[in-house]
Amino acid sequence: MTWQETPNIARRQFLRRSAKAGLAVAAAGAASYLLYDSRGPKADTGTKDLVTLADFSVPVQTHNTMSIISGANRIKTVNKAIELLGGIARFIKPNETVVIKPNVAFASPPMLGATTNPELIAAVVKLCYAAGAKRVLVTDNPINDPASCFSISGIAEAADESGAKVVFPKKRFFRPTTLTGGRLIKNWPVFSEPLENADKLIGIAPVKHHSRSGASMAMKNWYGLLGGRRNVFHQDINTIIAELSMMVKPTLVILDATEVMMTNGPTGGSLSDLKRTNTLIASCDQVAADAYACTLLGLKPRDLPYLAKAEKAGSGTIDYQSLKPKVVTVT
Amino acid sequence: MKIVTVRRISQVFFFTFFLWFCIVTTAGQSFWQLRAWPVNWFLQLDPLVAIGTILTEHSLYRGLLWALATVVLTIIFGRFFCGWVCPFGSLHHFVGFLAHRKSPAAKKIQLNKYRKAQRIKYFILAAMLGMAALPPISATLQTGLLDPIALITRSVNLVLLPIADRAAFVTSVTQRFYEGAWLILAIFLGAVLLNLIIPRFYCRFICPLGALFALLARFAIWRIGRDKSRCIDCRFCERACEGGCEPAGTIRISECVLCFNCRHDCEHELISYQTKPSPAGEIAGPDISRRGFALSLVGGIIAAPALQLSGGLGGNWLHKTIRPPGALPEPQFLKRCIKCGQCMRVCPTNVIQPAGIEGGLENLWTPVLNNRIGSSGCQLNCVACGQVCPTSAIRPISLAEKLGTDDFADLGPIRLGTAFVDRSRCLPWAMGRACIVCQENCPVSPKAIYTQQYYETIRNGVFTIDHADATIIEIVEGSLTPGSFATGDYYCLFADNERRRITANTQSAIEIADDDITGLVVQAAKIEIQIKLKKPYVDIEKCIGCGICEHECPVSGKRAIRVSADGETRNTNHKLLL
Repeated sequence: MTWQETPNIARRQFLRRSAKAGLAVAAAGAASYLLYDSRGPKADTGTKDLVTLADFSVPVQTHNTMSIISGANRIKTVNKAIELLGGIARFIKPNETVVIKPNVAFASPPMLGATTNPELIAAVVKLCYAAGAKRVLVTDNPINDPASCFSISGIAEAADESGAKVVFPKKRFFRPTTLTGGRLIKNWPVFSEPLENADKLIGIAPVKHHSRSGASMAMKNWYGLLGGRRNVFHQDINTIIAELSMMVKPTLVILDATEVMMTNGPTGGSLSDLKRTNTLIASCDQVAADAYACTLLGLKPRDLPYLAKAEKAGSGTIDYQSLKPKVVTVT
Repeated sequence: MKIVTVRRISQVFFFTFFLWFCIVTTAGQSFWQLRAWPVNWFLQLDPLVAIGTILTEHSLYRGLLWALATVVLTIIFGRFFCGWVCPFGSLHHFVGFLAHRKSPAAKKIQLNKYRKAQRIKYFILAAMLGMAALPPISATLQTGLLDPIALITRSVNLVLLPIADRAAFVTSVTQRFYEGAWLILAIFLGAVLLNLIIPRFYCRFICPLGALFALLARFAIWRIGRDKSRCIDCRFCERACEGGCEPAGTIRISECVLCFNCRHDCEHELISYQTKPSPAGEIAGPDISRRGFALSLVGGIIAAPALQLSGGLGGNWLHKTIRPPGALPEPQFLKRCIKCGQCMRVCPTNVIQPAGIEGGLENLWTPVLNNRIGSSGCQLNCVACGQVCPTSAIRPISLAEKLGTDDFADLGPIRLGTAFVDRSRCLPWAMGRACIVCQENCPVSPKAIYTQQYYETIRNGVFTIDHADATIIEIVEGSLTPGSFATGDYYCLFADNERRRITANTQSAIEIADDDITGLVVQAAKIEIQIKLKKPYVDIEKCIGCGICEHECPVSGKRAIRVSADGETRNTNHKLLL
């Protein structure tokens, strides 16, 4: 068939075809109109979706702020320490969700003391459940591989056995925060997801030598809530630790100085790095807890500039004696 | 039950098991993680792995004895592995079926006819075995490039599971990364998509393992045959012939993968599996000339030394080739590694990566450590990679051997390499800023990275005293940024050569910690503002090359501390220590 012999298309067919073509042209035009952007993207000001961590502290009770317990058995000392501050019921109310933040930075076995002791975590989890807590979460953003850290440190197992849930750091659990009055924490990702639905926050940390800052204790433990390439803050370690104490207002901090890491911190790696000091500290004032605990490492509070900075920022007091800590020995 | 149904059940069964073994190759304690699962079973059943390592290293490493079972069964029954067991073959089978299921019978018969090009796989096999066998000093095992079990293991481990995990985090709490995974995926997808052209394209034309089975199947006791007398030459038996082995003509025993589709499709029941030779005639051996086979073999024998002309095993060795702990010396390593990716999959920190071709073509997809990837260098208390290596290219070492304790105290720890500080990039060394993240994270006790303390006067750091009271010094210049020296790292150097820590500063005043300095301060005297810096050094006697320092270095582009394979234990000619 030649072109001449081919019949022309029917009117109906032509109209249908024209309508389709018109719709397609209109759609392309409408899409261009709606999506038209005369300026291009703006510079990122980084102020979107900022999260602020809640204040997890409980009302102050004079002379019920800090306890220092001597003893070798962590389960006994921690129970005593909390009992002397008014008992667990003061801190945890029925049906609350509690986040426990241990130091799980390294894939290191519990005996080496680089991470929070798992028995101690289990003991605190049990106390929380005894007080009627609905859920207890154990979480940290470790330096080494997260799954390995939780498993080798014995913390995953301790959490499982005591009924707590381990929350591993996943990218979507981090949201940016800006600390009011802070200089370093600006639009910086924090591990906020587990804290956003929590009622209480308990920090549990070992007492360790730390080359850059002098000592890693309760305040430095919050470093594990930072995301991103947080190591850049080591350029100004004292300010970042002080800012962490401003950013995180815990219900309670517990410092385990049953064995302290005197050398080769914060990783340790040898039993010879540890020294038995048989002390456990519970405190609502994290600055006071660190100020006392550093003495067990042979340091004075003035050796740690971040303590003065944190005190100045209103995070607590270096003069722990003024809190009249309860000092007791349990055997 | 029909024989093809039994075959399909077998294929699904083995394919599922294969995937399951890939998933459980995950370090951990759950039932779905690496416990006693025989995760290497398919690689061990694979006689190409066994024969390859026998040719290169003259030994049969423990689990590879399973291959004997495959060989014996193949000699008796023919290429059952291809049609009934091989997960890669089953995948091709299924995709080929899907692609062509609606084609007319004539088209299918055309697709499944025998092609001369099916001989290519024998040449590939010959070349690979040639490279493995001779000459003994420069032999190299390259079967893993195309060995279907190694190929699918690598593809699932390094591409498919990480993509699934990215969406659902099934087997890993953190995102897994593999360098150059695109190439592995491209080859895998290419092999799968070729089924759209010809079913079981890979099996028919490329697969060196299939070629090996074909050579063994020529002796098969049971084989497919056709009764010619009553045959009407409908050729329906070739409609779904997986091997392209011409059951309607003179059947080629070596190409037959025992799919039994011919037997199923023959409406006259003329096809049977028996010990008698096929009444319609048969060709037992592969369709290759002795000359072609010999040429490929010689090609392979020449290729191995040719690869080594680049000097990768000599003075031109690549410093980035940091092998996992327990890896054999490089020449032996290359004689055993089949590039299956099991070590890369099981590594809990994801630091073990498939190598590119930078260290030589023979290096492709072998395991190397890249400390920039993953969750943190080579974990101190971990020896998972050697435990899953099917060929012992990475020896199954104990923790004591890795760390150099107990019985291994005299040997010392296994060093993967040595960390070097790049003083032109390091913050304290080059930029006058405090850091020492590398030292903190060094997991060795005592630390292999140590520091020395320096005080450095800052840029434009000399100031003139105006006056002072108690701990506050007013300076003439008045050009300071308020608070900038209050970090706890800055000190004032006075005329008495003593340094005192600065606790605060305004534009023109500096506050000093504690000490009363009234007596020291003379008007118009100079003070210097200094920063206290700890600068990192590496003790090569202690460094094990784990790379945790490199992983953590805050100079995150090109790290300011980097591990290279210098000083690695496995190659004594790379040692640094006296």
